[in-house]
Amino acid sequence: MSSIAITHDAGAHSHHPEGEIDRLALLKQVYKFSTDHKVIGIQFLLLNLVMLLVGGALALGVRWQLAFPWEQVPLFGGLIAKNISMGGQISPEFYTMLFTMHASIMIWMVIIPVLAGAFGNFLIPLMIGAGDMAFPLLNALSFWFMIPTAFFFAMALGLGGELSGIRGGMNGGSAQGWTSYPVLAALKQASPGSEGGQFWWLMAVNCVGVSSMMGSVNYMTTIINMRAPGMTLFRMPLTIWSMFITAILQAFALPVLTATGFMLMMDNVLGTCFFVPSGLVVNNAEPTLGGGQSLLWQHLFWFYSHPAVYIMVLPAMGMVSDMLSCNCRRPIFGYKPMVYSLAAIAGLGFIVWGHHMFISGMNPALGMTFMVSTIMIALPSAVKVFNWIGTIWGGRPEFNCIFLNCVAFVSLFIVGGLSGIFMAAVPVDIYIHDTYFIVAHFHYVLFGATLFCVFGGIHFWFPKMFGRLMNETWGKIHFFLTFIGFNGTFFPMHLLGIAGMPRRYADPYLHPYLEHLLPLNQFMTVCAIIMGFAQFILIGNILWSCLYGKIAGRNPWRANGLEWSAPSPPGHGNFDIPPIVYRGPYEYSDPDHESDFWPQWEPPVPRDKPQDAPQVLPAH
Amino acid sequence: MKWFWCVFFAFWPLVAIVVCAIAPSVGWWLPGEAASPLGHRIDDLFYLILIITTISFVGTQLGLAYVLFTGARRTDPDVTEKTWFSHGSHELEVIWSTVPALVLLFIALYQLNVWAEYRVKEAFPKQQMEAVLTRLRQKRTVNDSVALAEVTARQFEWRIRYPGFDAEGNLLPLMQDPQPTDLYAVNDLHLPANAPVMINLKTEDVQHSFFLPELRVKQDAVPGLVIPIWFEAEHERDYALLCAELCGWGHYKMKARFVAESDAGFLNYLRVLHSQQNYDGVHQKVDDEEE
Repeated sequence: MSSIAITHDAGAHSHHPEGEIDRLALLKQVYKFSTDHKVIGIQFLLLNLVMLLVGGALALGVRWQLAFPWEQVPLFGGLIAKNISMGGQISPEFYTMLFTMHASIMIWMVIIPVLAGAFGNFLIPLMIGAGDMAFPLLNALSFWFMIPTAFFFAMALGLGGELSGIRGGMNGGSAQGWTSYPVLAALKQASPGSEGGQFWWLMAVNCVGVSSMMGSVNYMTTIINMRAPGMTLFRMPLTIWSMFITAILQAFALPVLTATGFMLMMDNVLGTCFFVPSGLVVNNAEPTLGGGQSLLWQHLFWFYSHPAVYIMVLPAMGMVSDMLSCNCRRPIFGYKPMVYSLAAIAGLGFIVWGHHMFISGMNPALGMTFMVSTIMIALPSAVKVFNWIGTIWGGRPEFNCIFLNCVAFVSLFIVGGLSGIFMAAVPVDIYIHDTYFIVAHFHYVLFGATLFCVFGGIHFWFPKMFGRLMNETWGKIHFFLTFIGFNGTFFPMHLLGIAGMPRRYADPYLHPYLEHLLPLNQFMTVCAIIMGFAQFILIGNILWSCLYGKIAGRNPWRANGLEWSAPSPPGHGNFDIPPIVYRGPYEYSDPDHESDFWPQWEPPVPRDKPQDAPQVLPAH
Repeated sequence: MKWFWCVFFAFWPLVAIVVCAIAPSVGWWLPGEAASPLGHRIDDLFYLILIITTISFVGTQLGLAYVLFTGARRTDPDVTEKTWFSHGSHELEVIWSTVPALVLLFIALYQLNVWAEYRVKEAFPKQQMEAVLTRLRQKRTVNDSVALAEVTARQFEWRIRYPGFDAEGNLLPLMQDPQPTDLYAVNDLHLPANAPVMINLKTEDVQHSFFLPELRVKQDAVPGLVIPIWFEAEHERDYALLCAELCGWGHYKMKARFVAESDAGFLNYLRVLHSQQNYDGVHQKVDDEEE
């Protein structure tokens, strides 16, 4: 442990009988510099939920412009008219900033940290039977680095005013897309957002990179070294496997992004030429000097960001596996194929980055190899889908919010996986590249799969966090509205893409062949608004259930994982009885066992046997 | 309630299929039939993948619906059927790994030719492109570029440079560097139809992307690079030309047109440009001028 004295309020409660447990013990510490992994997990979760609303609001701005171009924004029109553009409508600069920051915030402040940061932190020690992370202080730092990240993103939004080096307020916010391709992002003259906004954006991305790296090192070390006795690698829940593989991905991919981020920052601030070729005349500025190559950025960026899209979905795959198995009351179908396919996705994930660059002007022969590897990565994903369906097959599913969100995950991930084949095929990608088809694809994976898994995960592990169950009725209403709104918003995007509507257009209807798509876009925006406001139901449900939810015991779902042997919420050090693992995590409905679940910590010999009976680890 | 959710999850794929089925009739589909031979082949590949993915989509969603319905039935109070205690099936894993693997490998290998023809320089239809230049009576040597125009993107417009005419009125080849005889236009690309033609794509500032949706052509314009691309318009008409790579706040308004016309029409267009650009302010009739 570190030498810094840190208080752990939850620790004081761990010895009390369950009735006196302060159920909000973890929540009450969120403002503290706590090194308790559970508190850090909840800190991440709360920050991510707030950022989800911020990112969602930015997305609604984008949707408003696409449905009602150049019309005054409702609710915020006055604010926009005062600060951004006269008349209260969305200016093109503001629009480019909106989609840039929507993507940046959703990716770096919501999707990546909610999986690895919130659930990874909360679950890893609990599921492997450890008292805490291997490096608690590092763990705390990984959260507290998110605070400057949030600040930098706020500056990148243009909220800092002239002092932050941004002219024009939110019109001058970072606006190069979340991919930040140079030369647009490298030269200050290239666009308003490239002046100050780009600097803050890069600061934020590098800062969140440091946070992820600290988390990644911690997760790997913890999972390798701190498993409870009996927790062999192939007795680990798939959540842990996926977190482990994700941590490896992050450790290998992130340094590339950090290095390249600093290179771009030097191009932008100091005038170096890593990504800027000579002789460019941007906005009538002096011609550029130096002999950089803008494609270099794309290679380096996607070398990180393609593994990163798996960082954004692999943990969800693991969590869904655990939740499905528990809610169907039967073992996961094909545990080892699930592990191997996770590893295959991660491994292949490193050699597919070029599929983002098929038409970028890189050597076309490279496009062929990247196409083959990209199409083959659909294989492990397909195996996983079949195994999830196999897990439900023959089970006794309970149709609660957890199960519904997990089935939505599977159902929507199928769409995201299949649409990926279109863009993996280079000739077809020539046409659909940079159209709304791509937008549809990654929203089906990142929202349809990952966020629905997160919603399910919140319902599933909420009792472990706060000792109470979430409200089922409101959970189902939230699920219903989100699912309908989601499909209504994102399914038509496939059609927009097929119709050739490019991404990132402030006004696509300027082009006659896209004019007739306006009514469809209006329908999608209505769905997006429904979906956006449905999230307040989730927030409300979380708040209400924290205080008034049905009280849950240690194991409300009759689940097998080690986390359910700890009190709800677990005190400092997690386990009042040191856990020993006797079997894998998916022994549900074993006909040789009287109960329909057989927890990992339950000894094979009944507890009422004489105490001197030898406790032998069973040969698996 | 569980039956409602079973139907719910079975119902939405049905809606999705119906929406896709009616989409072409309401215009939510490809912007017309492809207007280039390569475009036809891209569309064919698109439909091939669409068929394969639709079968997979229907199959997996049906499977999901089946396991949901049977699972829900098993939880009815009067059903005594036990949960299936199984950790998986090696045979099934082998089957559902190999079958998709073969299908996916087929998709991957089947695409390679079209890509090679579109992008790999050695596979460009060079002879056909030279035949066009011969028909236009271009004064050329074998070493001259077969490109008919240089398209330079900049924030937020397309600048086009054509080769001009020599003193005898013969079309000159396009040189790498601008020549005094060159002809210029903005946001208006004219090229001969019904034959493969090549352009050189450049950018003056940031990255852009040359996108002809009706021809299924797209290529990024990369700072510092000159990228040759070829395409063949099948009809003599106007096509949309737009930018597909974020290039700044005005990205959406990089609107231009591509006019595919007959050889004579193209030459005539160049002659008009020539006379306009050489107009010295003296009002006298220029022989070639028609407009």
